[in-house]
Amino acid sequence: MIQIQNVSTSFAAAGGTFTAVDDVSLHVKRGSIQGIIGFSGAGKSTLLRNINLLERPTSGRVLVDGVDLMSLSDAELRTKRHGIGMIFQHFNLLNNLTAQENVELSLKFAGVGKAERRRRAAETLDIVDLADKAASYPAKLSGGQKQRVAIARALATEPKVLLCDEPTSAVDPRTTSSVLQYLADVNAKFGITIVVVTHEMNVIKAIADNVAVMEDGRVVEQFDLTELERPGFRPATSIGRYLISDKIQLERSERSVPAAAPSEGLINV
Amino acid sequence: MFDRVLEVLPEIAAAMGQTLTMLLVAIPLAVLLGTPLGVLLYTIGPNGLKHKPKLHRILDGLVNLVRSFPFLILLIAIIPVTRFIVGTTIGTAAVIVPLTINAIPYFARFVEQNLSQLGGGVVEAARSMGASRFQIVRDVLIVEAKPGLVSSITIMTVSFISYSAMAGLVGGGGIGDFAIRYGYYRYETPLMITAIVLMILLVTIVQLSGSYLARRLDKRL
Repeated sequence: MIQIQNVSTSFAAAGGTFTAVDDVSLHVKRGSIQGIIGFSGAGKSTLLRNINLLERPTSGRVLVDGVDLMSLSDAELRTKRHGIGMIFQHFNLLNNLTAQENVELSLKFAGVGKAERRRRAAETLDIVDLADKAASYPAKLSGGQKQRVAIARALATEPKVLLCDEPTSAVDPRTTSSVLQYLADVNAKFGITIVVVTHEMNVIKAIADNVAVMEDGRVVEQFDLTELERPGFRPATSIGRYLISDKIQLERSERSVPAAAPSEGLINV
Repeated sequence: MFDRVLEVLPEIAAAMGQTLTMLLVAIPLAVLLGTPLGVLLYTIGPNGLKHKPKLHRILDGLVNLVRSFPFLILLIAIIPVTRFIVGTTIGTAAVIVPLTINAIPYFARFVEQNLSQLGGGVVEAARSMGASRFQIVRDVLIVEAKPGLVSSITIMTVSFISYSAMAGLVGGGGIGDFAIRYGYYRYETPLMITAIVLMILLVTIVQLSGSYLARRLDKRL
């Protein structure tokens, strides 16, 4: 469904160029959920933006559903983008529009008429169980609800691909599973191909079929999530091993002042 | 003292009418013409949707040029333009031209500033939805900037109540001119105070209604 071929993306930076994505090739199968994991600055968000050309690669090719996006004119690219939904870490809803109006926006850009927009926006809000919040402004919604409105907005134009940029990084753990559940549901129900960029291995384990591990702009390894259940499976790279261990590891040095003994506490009963 | 105020009441009423005329023509015109200019400044600016450094420098410089003129000087300097547009160089109509010319770049700056404060998130979302630049401006930026723009119009209106006081120079009239003529030149203090109280009232009404409207439009809370 998505073919990323030898894609590199560089930016002009102080004292030369900075290469955010360095010769990456990735093939995302139709109807699958692809995870992309890495630490901050690994280039994963840039790679995601390469897929809908929000960030135009410096070199390489990007094919979505067989179409070479970089060969399209501006107008053709905009049309193509109606078929590629996207959600963001900070939701990026319009504060001055209601949930319903936010969802209608993607349909408006796609040239859908007013009555039809209203009907489809209501329908899509229903998919994410927010029909009762249609008239609410984002400020009145919780983080999880905002992300669900954003999902509805992305789904309203019935895209074949949904790009998710850190979709759960700004919500609490319980909300995370709810948001992921909706993503898994739309994947199953509508066969939408999903790409999820995250730094949380939990998210990958919960939802992805396959994961690409990024470091310094490169995909350093890639494996199916079913591999994780295979006894003796060990990621090839240290970053891969670190990420699947998913622990916070500190190097704690000896305390110079010993911790107080219980009897020396402030409370003397 | 009140007798004197009552005596010139018709003149005060006429002066208020002139001030309101100036504002009601100049401010909407400035909003109408300043908005596209401000949008253009933002759009071709360094963080805009289509950065055009050269054009931006020229436009930016032009806006600064007009904004540098002290209003009194502008009023006189553009007399030929005023004559060309309204056919006269004296009276209320003649003041409206320099007021508007001064207000357009003033408001354009407000628009530019309001748009640049929005943050890139919503623009990025709109781009991902396949919005054109025009759609991003109309359906995203203006929508999100609306409360800020209303506050800016309020500030501009209050400033121009003050600017309109200089209208007397070309016989434009208005309540500020009234205060200068009767209060300052003729030492009729009660009349000056009356005029100033009226101006305070006008400013208060403009400010209160502007703040109220901005609050109503702002859905962030």
